[in-house]
Amino acid sequence: MLRQAQHELAEEHIAVQATDLVKDFGDTRAVDGVSLAVPSGSIYGLLGPNGAGKTTTLRMLIGIIDPSSGTRRVLGRNRPLEAAPEIGYLPEERGLYPAMHARDAIAFMGALRGLPIAEGRRRADVLLGEHNLGEWAKKPIRSLSKGMAQIVQLLGTIVHKPRLIVLDEPFAGLDAINQARLEDLIRRETRAGATVLFSTHVIAHAERLCEQVAIIAKGKVAFDGRVDEARARLRPIVRLRTRAADGPWREAIPANARREGHEYVFELPEGGPEPLLKALIDGGAGIETLAIERPGLHDAFVAIAGDSAAAAMEQEKAQ
Amino acid sequence: MTRLLRSAFVIARRDFTATVLSKTFIFFLLAPLFPAAMGTLFGGIGARVAAQTERPAVAVVAPQAEFKQIEAAHDEMTEALGDGAIVKLVGYSPEPDLAGQEKRLLANRSPPIRAVLSGSLDHPRLVGSLADDPATVGQVKLLIERAQGRDADQGPEIDVSDVKNVSGPSQSDRVTTAWGAQAILFFLTLMLSTMVMSQLIEEKSNKIIEVIAAAVPIDAMFVGKLFAMLTASVLALIVWISAGALLLQVIKHGGSGSLPPPAVGWPWFLLLSVIYFAMNYLLFGAAFLVIGAQASTAREVQTMSLPVTFAQMLIFAFAATAINALNSPTALAAAVFPLSSPLTMMARGAEQPEIWPHLAAILWQALWVALILRFGAKLFRRTVLRSGPRLPWWKFGRA
Repeated sequence: MLRQAQHELAEEHIAVQATDLVKDFGDTRAVDGVSLAVPSGSIYGLLGPNGAGKTTTLRMLIGIIDPSSGTRRVLGRNRPLEAAPEIGYLPEERGLYPAMHARDAIAFMGALRGLPIAEGRRRADVLLGEHNLGEWAKKPIRSLSKGMAQIVQLLGTIVHKPRLIVLDEPFAGLDAINQARLEDLIRRETRAGATVLFSTHVIAHAERLCEQVAIIAKGKVAFDGRVDEARARLRPIVRLRTRAADGPWREAIPANARREGHEYVFELPEGGPEPLLKALIDGGAGIETLAIERPGLHDAFVAIAGDSAAAAMEQEKAQ
Repeated sequence: MTRLLRSAFVIARRDFTATVLSKTFIFFLLAPLFPAAMGTLFGGIGARVAAQTERPAVAVVAPQAEFKQIEAAHDEMTEALGDGAIVKLVGYSPEPDLAGQEKRLLANRSPPIRAVLSGSLDHPRLVGSLADDPATVGQVKLLIERAQGRDADQGPEIDVSDVKNVSGPSQSDRVTTAWGAQAILFFLTLMLSTMVMSQLIEEKSNKIIEVIAAAVPIDAMFVGKLFAMLTASVLALIVWISAGALLLQVIKHGGSGSLPPPAVGWPWFLLLSVIYFAMNYLLFGAAFLVIGAQASTAREVQTMSLPVTFAQMLIFAFAATAINALNSPTALAAAVFPLSSPLTMMARGAEQPEIWPHLAAILWQALWVALILRFGAKLFRRTVLRSGPRLPWWKFGRA
């Protein structure tokens, strides 16, 4: 009885659970033993460069494709499609019927998830109005700009008020204004109780939005946990500028410190800032500036996934 | 199950609306003009072939001695003109109820009787479906003159009675109906096949397929798409049948009522036509949907269309072997083979009056529709909705 209660409680707290998911396409292993747990009500990011296995992982999680091995559990169900009416999904490759009117497209996507078509149209009108697209409601998708069509599809993803929202690269193709709107929308849905799981190769979005991230590289999860835990894997970085060029204070600086212009850059020693400061002052360094920086998610990503993965992501971001 | 049906309905509603409310549906409605012309042509050829292979027989109801006289005359004429040119004769002893015997003989199928010759050599009487068959009347007249040893045009006048409307259609009329029905069914399905094959192209090129696949079971998508097309086709079929009936009313005396009725009768035949059209469409449509699902572009669909068309023609030819030989081993095989079954059973409906074989065939075909749908959905799931590198064809289905 107690065990069952604990189990139910755990189910309530975990919206998506993947255990050792593997997906092979012929001789190619696209996903290699991915395990992750997405807490209910959280914003969870799947970080990694293109080809890392993010999309395949998401497709397995929501039941579009079956894993070669491993298990997944979504909203308490082993078969994700059974939970489809409670899930909203925005695929990486956006798609709508060009001849369909915007409100019908949203209602159609809701109807696919079990929302009555009339109610879908009613909600579509409200949602389009809220996103300044009210006048486009009865216009065919083909007449909308790419950004507008993306917003319409996003609204179709949430029209049935899903408990779990899965977004594959949701920021791709959006301008800065719409990216900010999307971030707001994600936060709003989470406040309303939804769980958001999204993939991205843009670290800044994950850093701003996510409570937890999984870093995926070459089909494997290199890290799964809270964003601050990822950052905590790295020591803070010290940036020091002194008036004195040399002196006993130099002994307080680690041997692997590097010079960047007039600054010394090095990891904060194990003892923390106080012993360092004392040694610098006592050694006559003449501190001009001293900054202790917490490492960002990008630095954590480089440390976890490796330089090549980080370089790939930077390249994708630039594109 | 409820969810599957509900999801299929959502897909079907969208597809049906998109199809019927598009401008191209007008062209779709005009499309049967060409196949109809071809069907008429092939139907005519078929009827001629059937007429040749099944020469009309004349039942001679006469005492043995008289029949021998006529038969001797027949042999002489056959020797002179060749066997294929002269009407066949079958002798029967007279029965007390001559009218009943005539009626029974005219309904005979083995051999099919075109007319019954009775009376005597001096007062011959010919009863049968003869209004459009002056050659048979002429040949019988010559035979009687020859049997009596008289010169041409010196024999007795024959009392000719056309009883076509009394005793129903001849076997060759039913063969024509069977040919026509098969041809129409074949061309309708042929016309729809390319459309069905390209059904998923829109979703694939729009990328909306992933949204649908994430929301509903693939089976529902297949069922929805197939039934949307079926509904649109049935709508078109109603338009075509109505237009055809109206056309007949205008151009043919007696209108559609003048068409030779099939063996099961028009109400059953029309019902079976709709059911077999649906079954034929669903069987081929399910297969084509699976094949079409492998294509990513309209060009690939076009490339696939040609072999598919030839395959359909082969199946049509297979089913056509059943006409006028419904109980032959080939015909039975064609009735059992799922893809040729609807066409073959259409021919049976035109030629034989029993209903129960149709019920069994419909169940059998429905089973295959379900099997092809399930297999197709599985294949579709495996091969279409996947990321990663594309597999070479010899590893097809391993994903």
